[in-house]
Amino acid sequence: MTIQTDWQNEVYPALKSTGIKHLAYVPDAGHSVALRRAHDDDEIQPVVLTTEEEGIGYLAGAWLGGNRGALLMQSSGVGNCINTLALPASARFPLLMVITMRGDWAEFNQWQNPMGQATEDALKLMGVMTWRADRPEDVGKLIRGAGTMAFDGDCTCAVLLGQQLIGEKKWVD
Amino acid sequence: MGGLSEGYNLNRRDVVASLLENRSNLLVVTGLGSPSYDVMAAGDNDNNFYLWGAMGSAAMVGLGIAEAQPDKSVVVITGDGEMLMGFGSLATIALRKPHNLSIVVLNNGHYGETGMQLSHAGYGVKLADVADACGFPHVQTIQDQAGVKTLADSLCAGECLQFADIRIKPENLPRVLPPRDGVYVKNRFRHALGFAPN
Repeated sequence: MTIQTDWQNEVYPALKSTGIKHLAYVPDAGHSVALRRAHDDDEIQPVVLTTEEEGIGYLAGAWLGGNRGALLMQSSGVGNCINTLALPASARFPLLMVITMRGDWAEFNQWQNPMGQATEDALKLMGVMTWRADRPEDVGKLIRGAGTMAFDGDCTCAVLLGQQLIGEKKWVD
Repeated sequence: MGGLSEGYNLNRRDVVASLLENRSNLLVVTGLGSPSYDVMAAGDNDNNFYLWGAMGSAAMVGLGIAEAQPDKSVVVITGDGEMLMGFGSLATIALRKPHNLSIVVLNNGHYGETGMQLSHAGYGVKLADVADACGFPHVQTIQDQAGVKTLADSLCAGECLQFADIRIKPENLPRVLPPRDGVYVKNRFRHALGFAPN
């Protein structure tokens, strides 16, 4: 399955404009364009993770070493991150996350719904600031703004890319 | 619950003191619990970052530092329980293969902080074999102080990604508490590398 719309081309330039050198991720189809561009970019270190919370530790370490980075995941991965979010909360590490939503709108697979419906509340419970993009024109500016508040304010920030933006997943051709 | 004791004989404080005796500019990350106390007991240092939570994250914090600071040697000193919670990170680290990173597990086969329950390592899971299977270019299991000394010499050299499983005695020694203020420790660590706080 390939999803390719204009909003996908907004994500990577917006992330790069925040000054990141590292892009840690667990793949999602919605992130496929940004991930491909990161792997083609000599200035960026793409780091594939076995589970999303690894990225929180990785980016804390990168910041300790003087570098910025971002973490890409699907909403299901937010559940994996909960306890590890104590790390940026306790030491006020900057953390910029971009999260593609499932279980949010027009979801075919109901197994995605419990975590998808809880994603934004779960992040807020752990002290993460959140913004939702449901329109293509919001994607770039929300990522850039979240990056400012993460890296200039030592805050934990997440931009959620809604399923109305991403489009319906085609299960049967 | 039966415990494994054969081969788990080293004194953890002696091990860590030896590892850090000639640390020079070595950057040190500690996993939560006793490894943090052991590193603190060896002497507080601006180049130490102590984790007090986020169990399973120590190795990944070390990887992030190693990637951002390729000219500095980095060692992660953690426990078997903490390493087990972040087992996937061994695969992630092995893909990157940073030459300047060492993962050192103080393995007593038990969850010492919570009442000495046996860990998977204590039940027989061989940590070094897992690191080897993931693709770490150099892995070893150390059961004597001579092995610790050889490892100590290689930490600062930072020539090759390595994993060491050091078999220590299951015992709770008096706690030596590092600072718990994460913001302070973070900014102190960054300052020592020349980075200002926001």
